Amino acid sequence: MPSNKSVSDAPIFQFTNCRILRSHQLQREDLWVREGKILNPEKLFFDEKGSADIQLDCKDSIIAPGFIDVQINGGFGVDFSLAADDVQSGISLVSQKILSHGVTSFCPTLVTSPPSVYHKVLPQISVRNGGPHGAGILGAHLEGPFISKEKKGAHSEHYLSTFESGAFQDLLATYRHLDCVRIVTLAPEMKRSSEVIQELTRRGICVSLGHSVANLSQAEEAVRHGATFITHLFNAMLPFHHRDPGIVGLLTSDQIPARRRVFYGMISDGIHTNPAALRIAHRAHPKGLVLVTDAIAGMGLAPGRHTLGQQVIEVDGLNTYIAGEHSIRSLVTFSPHLGPCVF
Amino acid sequence: MRLVILDDYDLASEWAAKYICNRIIQFKPSQGRYFTLGLPTGSTPLGCYKKLIEYHKNGDLSFKYVKTFNMDEYVGLPRNHPESYHSYMWNNFFKHIDIDPNNAHILDGNAPDLQAECDAFEKKIEEAGGIDLFVGGIGPDGHIAFNEPGSSLASRTRLKTLAMDTILANAKYFDGDLSKVPTMALTVGVGTVMDAREVMILITGAHKAFALYKAIEEGVNHMWTVSAFQQHPRTIFVCDEDATLELRVKTVKYFKGLMHVHNKLVDPLYSMKEEN
Repeated sequence: MPSNKSVSDAPIFQFTNCRILRSHQLQREDLWVREGKILNPEKLFFDEKGSADIQLDCKDSIIAPGFIDVQINGGFGVDFSLAADDVQSGISLVSQKILSHGVTSFCPTLVTSPPSVYHKVLPQISVRNGGPHGAGILGAHLEGPFISKEKKGAHSEHYLSTFESGAFQDLLATYRHLDCVRIVTLAPEMKRSSEVIQELTRRGICVSLGHSVANLSQAEEAVRHGATFITHLFNAMLPFHHRDPGIVGLLTSDQIPARRRVFYGMISDGIHTNPAALRIAHRAHPKGLVLVTDAIAGMGLAPGRHTLGQQVIEVDGLNTYIAGEHSIRSLVTFSPHLGPCVF
Repeated sequence: MRLVILDDYDLASEWAAKYICNRIIQFKPSQGRYFTLGLPTGSTPLGCYKKLIEYHKNGDLSFKYVKTFNMDEYVGLPRNHPESYHSYMWNNFFKHIDIDPNNAHILDGNAPDLQAECDAFEKKIEEAGGIDLFVGGIGPDGHIAFNEPGSSLASRTRLKTLAMDTILANAKYFDGDLSKVPTMALTVGVGTVMDAREVMILITGAHKAFALYKAIEEGVNHMWTVSAFQQHPRTIFVCDEDATLELRVKTVKYFKGLMHVHNKLVDPLYSMKEEN
């Protein structure tokens, strides 16, 4: 039956035989869309006397908003931390390939690198909307180099840095171009971090705490200065201890501003965190959980060697290690499997 | 009248749905020749609506050439309120079938001129050629639609103040809070329903038993407005065992004995697939 042309000429789509995400539940309901906007079908029926122009049988699929990946270092052979001449084509390739994994927006992430890399790569990154061509680019996530040596994980020790002499000016000298930067991960126990956090926050850049040996007080101080995110909770930070919960304690801290919500990234591949730990974090602070892949260039490709910025990575079966090292601290994600975790 | 007694709620709902299905299909509705159906709300017809939806989803029944007229709607309740009869009809029936929205008529309880809205509704029924089959329920006080005890048996569509029995019965839909239940409604009149070519009343549950007794075993009385249908040429009462608890054994035995005749109305169950 045709839609009511006196209200709008645009066709009405009715997605049937599907489950939609509504009120935090999966409900068996049809989804009605016109010109990219979701319609209230009851209003359409009684007000406009409208009905669907095109019905699409979803064969019992789930219709859900696209995933947003705020920590992804590359994929399909592309390494975002490489000082390439044509960074855009690498980003575009990844943005197009991750669509079929359900990701519709992401933050290309750069691991600890020498300033020359940032100077070359950052000017080439631009924020843009997604579409059929690929996922949207929200801005860069700079993970390092202002992180702790003890918790460097897979990052290159040689290029770690501090901002204790010039605070924000040191950071600016390292990165130079901040226009397209959306998130910066840093270790808050570093000297003068409060000034840096304040200035980044003032510029609208999200400050995330990670790769750090900060105790809970230092982490709370960072949040009071503007930090709002935690980079891959549990990994590359002090473990939860009942007398000093460290950064993990932010999930239930009462020493942070009342209306501020701290979000935390979690790598849910079952290897970086034990599912039981993931559940503890979720139950303690369900509204702060953000799933991330922290995927690397090797995602989507066969086992072998790939780069992760200044490091060389070896993919061996399900696990991935810094080439030559086989310890947990150097584990990096192979490929994202978010579906079973979410649903 | 026909009194069709089934063992339980589900069987009664199914019998009623089959009857409606057969009536629509036998009518052979088409472009310009619509089957007009009067429809109720409440908990009683839910099972019947589910069955009709099932027949539609199986491809056996289409509502493309069916026009519907609901019996009533609360006054002053926002149309998108979860307990409005608009919401009820959308969620329990219209959203699952292929009826043309222009053919689904429900009184507007928020119209600026309520009597004009009622008059317009009567006119729409007339323009549609009258109602072929009016399906209704019965209140515990024996009312049809919101024709409360004392309503004229010749009444037409109008504004009515709800009786306390009705407000109490509806409180369960408003968190049990009497103050939240609307006190007025627009309703088709007894006379409006009597004008239909055929009437089918669904009555299930022990709490309706006394009302059924008053409606069919006592006289025609404006205190029990469903009793008016004793004077309608084609009325079917479809009920379950529990609803017959206040009837005379003689009445129940007589009509149960006629079930083989009644069942010819629903068996065979027609399908629009055969028509094509």
